[in-house]
Amino acid sequence: MSAPTPTELKRTPLYSLHRELGAKIVDFGGWEMPVQYEGILDEHRAVRERAGLFDVSHMGEFEFTGPDALATLQRLTPNDVGKLTDGRCQYSAFLTEAGTFVDDLLVYRLKEDSYMIVVNAGNTPKDFEWARSHSQGQLRLENKTDAYALIAVQGPLAVRLVARVADSDPSDLHYYGFRKMKILGEPALVSRTGYTGEDGFEICVAAEAAESVFRSLLEAGRPEGVVPCGLGARDTLRLEAKMALYGNDIDATVTPWEADLGWIVKMKKGDFLGREALERQKREGVPRKLVGFEMIDRGIARHGYGAMTPAGAGIVTSGTHSPTLGKPIGLALLPSGADAVGTEFDVDIRGHERRARVVETPFYKRRKDVPA
Amino acid sequence: MNPDDLHYTRSHEWVRINGQIGTIGITEHAQKELGEIVYLELPEVGHVYNAEEEFGTVESVKAVSEIYTPVSGEVIEVNKGAVGQPGIVNDDPFGDGWLIKLKLSSDEEVGKLMSAEQYAEYVQSEEKAK
Repeated sequence: MSAPTPTELKRTPLYSLHRELGAKIVDFGGWEMPVQYEGILDEHRAVRERAGLFDVSHMGEFEFTGPDALATLQRLTPNDVGKLTDGRCQYSAFLTEAGTFVDDLLVYRLKEDSYMIVVNAGNTPKDFEWARSHSQGQLRLENKTDAYALIAVQGPLAVRLVARVADSDPSDLHYYGFRKMKILGEPALVSRTGYTGEDGFEICVAAEAAESVFRSLLEAGRPEGVVPCGLGARDTLRLEAKMALYGNDIDATVTPWEADLGWIVKMKKGDFLGREALERQKREGVPRKLVGFEMIDRGIARHGYGAMTPAGAGIVTSGTHSPTLGKPIGLALLPSGADAVGTEFDVDIRGHERRARVVETPFYKRRKDVPA
Repeated sequence: MNPDDLHYTRSHEWVRINGQIGTIGITEHAQKELGEIVYLELPEVGHVYNAEEEFGTVESVKAVSEIYTPVSGEVIEVNKGAVGQPGIVNDDPFGDGWLIKLKLSSDEEVGKLMSAEQYAEYVQSEEKAK
């Protein structure tokens, strides 16, 4: 007799391949996902120096189709969807009436009256309900999460790798541009996007095609040291690039102003959910800011650790050992007044006060060689 | 894979007894569970600990783990090489990856620890409970 599983964990179409490749599997947002294969540090370095493959099929995809798709997305998100042309996507969010994050996401304009958004795995059911309850007019809203797989190819060799398996050379794609291609004869939506701070692509394919596409990318890259990468490396890579993680750095208590993501808020575009609250916060002053920090004392400050600054208390939202810099780094929400680069503060590391300093971000910046 | 001449704890440390000196480290199983170790916090020489007292932390990229002394005693040496290159603990947890040496304050505590065989069984039962 086997013990009952407390909650049913979901698996991506690549689950058995992860097992075959020797992945260590963990529960991530209700999904059984690979946290690492050979090791986080090696996988991290592979992406910075060569390329790595990530299964991000746990992320949610919704399609908005119909004459009112644009108006609905304009109301649902703070960035200006009207600026998108076919084959372009943008970073944006769902915000509450309080101007805080329901989720952060990407909006793709597939064609006129046809959009796709990609949301965080753990938020997919909540986001779909949020989108549904705020949709109106002539619009079809579909949750395609189970139909699609998403594979990220990240690193300086990503262009060559995708060119080798696809029927089209992706090197002319702009950052945040995308195009339909065929990989092994299967339709694929290839966007020049990612969550690592490197050049790279995210490839959306039918769930049934995921394993053969992942295998072909891996085979094409193996001789050059391309490896499969888990969520562990994804986290250290995104943190070095200061990309926010929902549930750590941003959530329903944090606004885009506070998260240093004011650039996704386009006040001139008209009304959207959360707008009034954001106007008010801007007028009255932003009470805290998400900043990057390094440790002065030894130790790693991790998510949830308390911070004490000259301007009051704050909190560490993300923290790790940076494989590229070889030292502990992190993000913290600190009171305004303590957010300037150079400000020193204390972090409570399991009962010990340890000194840290606000630094310039991103912690890591790649050379720009991609058409903007 | 767990050396027979060591004594083991339920919190996955080991101690090697050599006269009045106990050398302490974490087990192969512990390093594997933690993943790549990037940071070690160890005490100063001269610190005195009771058995089962926390004496430091081992951190990997993803996790932090407290480490406990299997036996009582005074710290007489700290593995500076491991502090500088924590990866040694992954590569050789029972050898060059040792953490501290204690001057033992009691001869009787070692008997309460597990043998290599008992520890292997304990790890197996822990794995099953997962």
